[in-house]
Amino acid sequence: MRQEGSGPPAVTVRGLVKRYGDVTAVDGVDLDVRPGETFGFLGPNGAGKSTTINILCTLVRPTAGTATVAGYDVRTERDKVRRAIGLVFQETTVDNYLTAEQNLRFHADLYGVDRAGLAERLDQVLEMVGLAGRRRDLVEKFSGGMKRRLEIARGLLHAPQVLFLDEPTIGLDPVSRAGMWDYLAELRQREDITVFLTTHYLDEAEHCDRIAIINAGRIVALDTPAALKASIGADRVTIGTADDQAAMASLRDRFGLDPALHGGAITISVTGGEQFVPRLFAELGVPIRSVSVARPTLDDVFVAYTGQTITEADRFAGPARMPMVGRR
Amino acid sequence: MTATSTTTAPTSGTSPGGPAFAPVRLASRGLRQDLRTISVVWRRELLQFRHAPARALSSFIQPLLFLFVLGAGLGSVIRPGGAAKFSTFLFPGVLATSVMFTAVFSGISMIWDRQLGFLREMLVAPVRRGAILIGKCLGGATIATGQSVVLLALCGLVGVPYDPAVLVALVLLMFVGSFAITSCGVLIGVRLKQMQAAMPITQLVITPMMFLSGSLFPLSGLPGWLHVATRLNPLTYAVDPMRTVVFAHLNIPPATRAVFDPGVTWAGWRVPAMVEVGVVLAVGVILLSVATALFNREG
Repeated sequence: MRQEGSGPPAVTVRGLVKRYGDVTAVDGVDLDVRPGETFGFLGPNGAGKSTTINILCTLVRPTAGTATVAGYDVRTERDKVRRAIGLVFQETTVDNYLTAEQNLRFHADLYGVDRAGLAERLDQVLEMVGLAGRRRDLVEKFSGGMKRRLEIARGLLHAPQVLFLDEPTIGLDPVSRAGMWDYLAELRQREDITVFLTTHYLDEAEHCDRIAIINAGRIVALDTPAALKASIGADRVTIGTADDQAAMASLRDRFGLDPALHGGAITISVTGGEQFVPRLFAELGVPIRSVSVARPTLDDVFVAYTGQTITEADRFAGPARMPMVGRR
Repeated sequence: MTATSTTTAPTSGTSPGGPAFAPVRLASRGLRQDLRTISVVWRRELLQFRHAPARALSSFIQPLLFLFVLGAGLGSVIRPGGAAKFSTFLFPGVLATSVMFTAVFSGISMIWDRQLGFLREMLVAPVRRGAILIGKCLGGATIATGQSVVLLALCGLVGVPYDPAVLVALVLLMFVGSFAITSCGVLIGVRLKQMQAAMPITQLVITPMMFLSGSLFPLSGLPGWLHVATRLNPLTYAVDPMRTVVFAHLNIPPATRAVFDPGVTWAGWRVPAMVEVGVVLAVGVILLSVATALFNREG
């Protein structure tokens, strides 16, 4: 991991609100993203992730609150923000009728990338996403995963300080999804860059240094994945025994715990579940037939902070709806 | 770090995953950057067009139909006399019409860019939006003019001399006209976000313009209301100088010319070709400005 926390924050957000008519998409968000970190924005569809990212990228104007990216105000210094960020959208925004390299050169011209170092920079970004051999191919012939990688290369071309990735793996097959995280990991090794990404895949949030859980336009938790899991406490130890009632009594009396019996299995919440298991075998006094230890997952974290699983939240929100840029 | 003009990529050589990259310098906003933007958008229009052979082919069919089917049909009853045939009269109008269709569709291709997502790439870039639209209009104008240059090869078949002065003048006039019409298409493209909505609107705008421009029949001796409508039509001012260029190089009786190349008059004043070109340019600039203002209001 690289050094973090030095220098001014890459992104600061204070009291951010965005309303579309009666709908409040973002409802008072505060956060700081440290330079160099990979920051994940986790939440179900419709939670306000895309709206927030669009505000940070100067594509949507906030109703209230302030936000800076790379030290620039997203409202008053839009051009400076735009020069300092790279963007990879949920939907593809590459031109199918151009080659990979033509797409990148178009971007270089729009961002005014110095021509002197351009050829070298093109080689670097294409090589980083594994498309160097396909640079002269029409993007039309690319798979979804290749297009997404090309978009990442393009987002990096002008050496932004902050790279925004809106659902970088959505719509990709599992192999491409895994590959995408490999590329992002390599990117962090090679470039001095802050990555701000949104996802509604809990397993992917594990790749982030810190994550913010957003639900109904509000941030309900913000910390490292490990700390978030620790914050909802304990590991879950589940045992099957020869005599459940005796085991329950023993757990209450000898261990001072509060076990629960569900469908012939006893569940106990303890901190340090792996250290607890040997003690259990030694002291329970009832033969144990099976045992399993479960660490809290981000699913548990999500449930603990929002009261529902992310899949349930997605279902309630319906299909992903993002306010279209340019709609008033 | 002077972040207004440069962004510094990794500087340390400590990256474990690979070599440190050289800093990337970005130009700041200014005329140079505007020109670079215009140029890259223009080039993309041309590159894209290469991949649309159907578009190129279809744009040749219509002018050929007008010229040889309509021209032959009406030519059997309308005989200008002298060296001119009806298809001679029709030729500049058909060129203008063909330019107009290609140009307007280039303009509304904005909507495909929007629907296929590529517009976002341009919307988030730190560039003047006006520069993007100027590039788009110049691209559309170049494609439209380029196509009509191919049609110019047919000059001889319709009795228009292969005179370099005529050909050069026609190409320049077509470029100005197609710039204005692409601007119209771009305005529609910025305003309407769905192709299903834009196509009927475009037809609604373009078809009357074509019929009221004098491209397919002479504007001499029209009833009063129709006469007024033709004077309000910007395309009239694009077609008329093209026809004047052609007829000025034909050996025909003045009476015939008066019927088939009556010129555009404002309250009896014959509007000079340069003023007509000015009108077309002004219309293009106004449409483009309105489109830019609308485009600037987007995110």
